[in-house]
Amino acid sequence: MELVKPDFGLVFWMTVSFLIVVFLMRKFAWGPILSSLKERENSIQDALNSAKKAKEDVANMKTENERILQEARNERDIMLKEAREAKDAIVNEARSRATVEADRLLNIARESIQNEKMAAITELKNQVATLSIGIAEKVIRQQLANDDKQKALVQDLLKEVKLN
Amino acid sequence: MLNFLVSFLYDFNYLCASVEPIGLRIIMKISKLSLISILTFLAFTIAFSISNHAQEAQPSNLPASHALPAEGTNPESAKPAEKLNAGKVIMEHIADSHGWHLWGHTEIPLPVIIYSKARGLTTFMSSEFEHGHKAYEGFKLAEGRVVAVNETAPVPAEETTVNEEITAGMYDISITKNVMSLFISIALMLLIFTNVAGAYTRKRKGLAPTGLQNAIEPIILFVRDEVIKPGIGEKKFEKYVPYLLTVFFFIWISNLMGLIPVFPGGANLTGNIAVTMTLAIFTFIIVSVSANKGYWLHIFAMPGVPKPILILLTPIEILGVFLRPFVLMIRLFANITAGHIIGLAFFCLIFIFGENGTGVGLAVSPLSLVFTVFMTTLELLVAFLQAYVFTMLSAVYIGAAVEEHHHEKGHLTEDAHQESII
Repeated sequence: MELVKPDFGLVFWMTVSFLIVVFLMRKFAWGPILSSLKERENSIQDALNSAKKAKEDVANMKTENERILQEARNERDIMLKEAREAKDAIVNEARSRATVEADRLLNIARESIQNEKMAAITELKNQVATLSIGIAEKVIRQQLANDDKQKALVQDLLKEVKLN
Repeated sequence: MLNFLVSFLYDFNYLCASVEPIGLRIIMKISKLSLISILTFLAFTIAFSISNHAQEAQPSNLPASHALPAEGTNPESAKPAEKLNAGKVIMEHIADSHGWHLWGHTEIPLPVIIYSKARGLTTFMSSEFEHGHKAYEGFKLAEGRVVAVNETAPVPAEETTVNEEITAGMYDISITKNVMSLFISIALMLLIFTNVAGAYTRKRKGLAPTGLQNAIEPIILFVRDEVIKPGIGEKKFEKYVPYLLTVFFFIWISNLMGLIPVFPGGANLTGNIAVTMTLAIFTFIIVSVSANKGYWLHIFAMPGVPKPILILLTPIEILGVFLRPFVLMIRLFANITAGHIIGLAFFCLIFIFGENGTGVGLAVSPLSLVFTVFMTTLELLVAFLQAYVFTMLSAVYIGAAVEEHHHEKGHLTEDAHQESII
């Protein structure tokens, strides 16, 4: 069959021209095209990578911020707690000191009141004594204004005296 | 024929089974594909039987020009109302020729270049043959081929005697229709791709692709990423990309050019065994040159296989080495030729029926036209598909040759894999 018998001329031209075309295409077409495609792919990949990195950075920053915020919050809590404790301590101390002072003052007051009271009682006693003496004197003076009455009194007094 | 069919089915099974990323995507196509290949082969077989039948029916047509030159009667001129010989028409179309037939008796003359030891280099235009009716400078056309004759003066072809000795020893490197078509395909390819390359490097450097560049780029990327990369492997594929891309686009463009019925197209370039053979030989050379130790070891002494079996296996493996490019050659040739044959056969239906009356011919013509359009559309798909298959299988063969063989187990599956490649 003629159909399946390779023609020498065509094989010759095919070999020659195909070798040339592969060479030319490699140099003038595939080289530039493939390198440009590769370049573009790389640039896209780079862009994607850097976007991914930026995203990661943002995420990192976010967690960092969160961490710092948490730390600040914790610190604040601690500080608040400390302040509260300090306040409580101060208040307590003040209170106890005040109590002590009040007690002391009370005691002093009580003592001085006692003293004053004693003094007043003493004075009152003296006054009462004086007054009593005065009254007694006046009463006696009145009662003993005449002889009869003196005699009666002496009688009374004598009655009271028990000779035993 | 059956062998081809079997090899086809093997290929498609292989496609389905082992090229995962492509396999999944083209499973749908493959079912159509097997159908197409079966159809084309049926057509091929039918067309051949038609042509053989036709030749048997009219035996006087063939031997007339050289076996019985003394008779002096041209069978074509002897029969004024020549009956259409569909087989002959189709075979003439798919065969190579000196001169590019346009219409009627008009054809573009092409240079005839012949070298022989006895006569040296002879060059003249094919128009000197006057459609095979005349001998010129000691050569004449016989069945579309140039043969040497004893008479060196320009005399009518029928009066010459063939010089068998010179004919056997001469080299015909004429620019035939196919060679011209080859040049056109190449020129077109260079034009397209240098233009596209220019867009990448000069005109639109760093910009988004547009126009032709935008149309070509996805195809280049498809071939690179879906055909070559999975076939050869991530690591080593880059070296082979220029060759395989060239093969792919050459076959595709040539296939498409073959589908155009008029001048710049119409040649059956990729359906010519010389062209597919050359391409297959290129692949074979690349495979053999770039093959590593592991590849040859697996051919001549498959590791982990007992010696007695090696006696059986090694010849098969060696045969496989040559069978692969051979099948590459046959597949492309047969598919494209079959496409041309069946398309023309459908078209010729008009004239075959027309012999029974013009009305019958006219009546059949819409149907014939529908068939032809259908076949041409199918051929558009086949044009791409065959370029794809050739490139992919070349990539897979190269991949098998440069593959690193690390593990020594699992050879059974590997064998099955290699057999299926064939």
